[in-house]
Amino acid sequence: MRTSTLIRVASQSILKNKMRALLTMLGIIIGVGAVIIMVAVGLGARSQIRDSIAALGSNMIVITPGAANTGGVNMGSGSFTRLTVDDVEKIRLESTMLRGVSPVINANGQAVGGSGNWRARINGVHPDYEIIRDWPTISGAWFTEQDVRTNRRVVLLGKTVADKLYPNEDPVGERLRIRNVIFDVIGVLASRGQTAQGQDQDDIVLMPYTTTSARLSRNTFIPQIVASSTSGGTLQPAQEEIRVILREAHKINDTADDFTVRDQTDIAAAASGTTETMSLLLAAIASISLLVGGIGIMNIMLVSVTERTREIGIRMAIGARGGDVLTQFLIESIVMSLLGGLLGLVMGIGGAKLLGWYMGWATEVSGLTVLIAIGFSAAVGIFFGYYPARKAAGLNPIDALRYE
Amino acid sequence: MSQQPVIRTEGLRKVYQMGSNEVHALRGVNLNVEPGEMIAVMGTSGSGKSTLMNIIGCLDRPTSGSYYLDGARIDGLDKDQLADIRNEKLGFVFQGFNLLPRTSAIDNVELPLLYDRKHRFKDSRAQAAHALERVGLGGRLDHHPSELSGGQQQRVAIARALVTSPALLVADEPTGNLDSRTSVEVMALFQELNNEGVTILLVTHEPDIAEYHKRIVVVRDGMIIKDHPVENRRSAAEELRNLDSAAAQEAAKEAVA
Repeated sequence: MRTSTLIRVASQSILKNKMRALLTMLGIIIGVGAVIIMVAVGLGARSQIRDSIAALGSNMIVITPGAANTGGVNMGSGSFTRLTVDDVEKIRLESTMLRGVSPVINANGQAVGGSGNWRARINGVHPDYEIIRDWPTISGAWFTEQDVRTNRRVVLLGKTVADKLYPNEDPVGERLRIRNVIFDVIGVLASRGQTAQGQDQDDIVLMPYTTTSARLSRNTFIPQIVASSTSGGTLQPAQEEIRVILREAHKINDTADDFTVRDQTDIAAAASGTTETMSLLLAAIASISLLVGGIGIMNIMLVSVTERTREIGIRMAIGARGGDVLTQFLIESIVMSLLGGLLGLVMGIGGAKLLGWYMGWATEVSGLTVLIAIGFSAAVGIFFGYYPARKAAGLNPIDALRYE
Repeated sequence: MSQQPVIRTEGLRKVYQMGSNEVHALRGVNLNVEPGEMIAVMGTSGSGKSTLMNIIGCLDRPTSGSYYLDGARIDGLDKDQLADIRNEKLGFVFQGFNLLPRTSAIDNVELPLLYDRKHRFKDSRAQAAHALERVGLGGRLDHHPSELSGGQQQRVAIARALVTSPALLVADEPTGNLDSRTSVEVMALFQELNNEGVTILLVTHEPDIAEYHKRIVVVRDGMIIKDHPVENRRSAAEELRNLDSAAAQEAAKEAVA
């Protein structure tokens, strides 16, 4: 019997029992639907987390001064500040795989202006910081290289600072005072929210790093350099390149590096590890419902084999081989579970969309999920259809014909 | 005729193991059936006629003895080979019709062609329609068994048995579920087919049904005890005509009165 004929015969006998077929498929429909929704929620959560990690700075590399080891006493990282503006410029000149590099000089101070005063963290940075942290302004514009060279007294306000000092107005063009130095507000940064550690990233004032060291900090050493590689693929080689450049700058040959170069993959890995576990858990729960659906199919197919014993006898009497009967019943269960899988797929995608809509959850249905769901339902059909099909194929035609 | 016999069995035996007892259902059956014969196998229940029919119908295998069907040796074949032989050389008609329910007449008749591994027929649909026309059901191709009378259902079953042009048509009590007039109609169809050259072996326990055949074989205790040609063979078509004219006279009388 040709496969096309077999599929036609299988579809016919499913159509002859529409209600029963639908009830049988319900298990698979719910199973596949649940898998799609669960995985969509899991994937959505993962990409949300990935986005927020990317917001920390895409492909960000952080360079900190290494630990000083003085007379056998390790002072911990940052204890020996041997990163300078010259290091930054050398990296900027010699590196080939960076999109930007910027020092970060910290200061603190009471900002006075607008409607009151506010104690803000102050970071002195290079304009590349915008690219590195992927942090545009929502009003005004970033300061320029020219501003850095001329130590201009300009500031960008984080959203929190802007809201505290200038509620309900645009602070661009206003002036404020930090430690008796007057600054022009030239922009407001886009809101970034809190870090994973609960720190408000918007509670910040950015200014040219030259201005910070000249006016506020009076310190030529740099506690941190941040950089950004051209792509995810160059993240590792870019770090190696930075190490080579800094070793040369610091004249390090065989002694230990006095600086540390790191990226954020460990944070990303930890975060995506968590969501992966969650996705797995959700998928496991959903798989159980698929399993139950499969057992439902097996149950109905077994009933169907008993009920159609006479039909099997007739088919055998007119020349069907055991293999033909086996294939027919197997195809019936595969068609049923595939059909159920498709319906479940539609329901799952719809459900995921609805969930995203009403609950505000990020959901994501990937092509892979769809393929897996379809493949899984076909596998369920084969696995749970085989036993009943073999039972049908093993019937003796004489007994089957006599069966009432 | 120099043609080979349709059925040739020698020393056919069948032993069933029932617990520790051995039941000898057939004890050495020798039977020859030539092409074009129409033969009735008779016997009471337990005589072994069903076992014989199952073996001749390639549904069962003999314990010993040889069996040739249309020149092919059957004893010793495995299940799949038997299935192919049933499809190629045999047509079955059963007492209970055994049509697939909720399946149209033409789909039922087409069924054997779907299992034809040699693809002898190009257009199975047309072949099935032709077989239904042959049994006088050309106008009911799409009727389901539930929409057909018993006689019509048995005609569909006969069409299904004929559709592969089998060497032998095996019928097991085909009139057992039918009233007497419909039985005569079905026998008329069998006789007509036989006149067209179809070899028929029919199992029955009704002597008057057996008398429509050319030859009667009686089985008892697993052996053929009688094998003789029918002397005053009944013609079903003639009886139908008589029945019809009697009914017409009856109607005419009533009309006069």
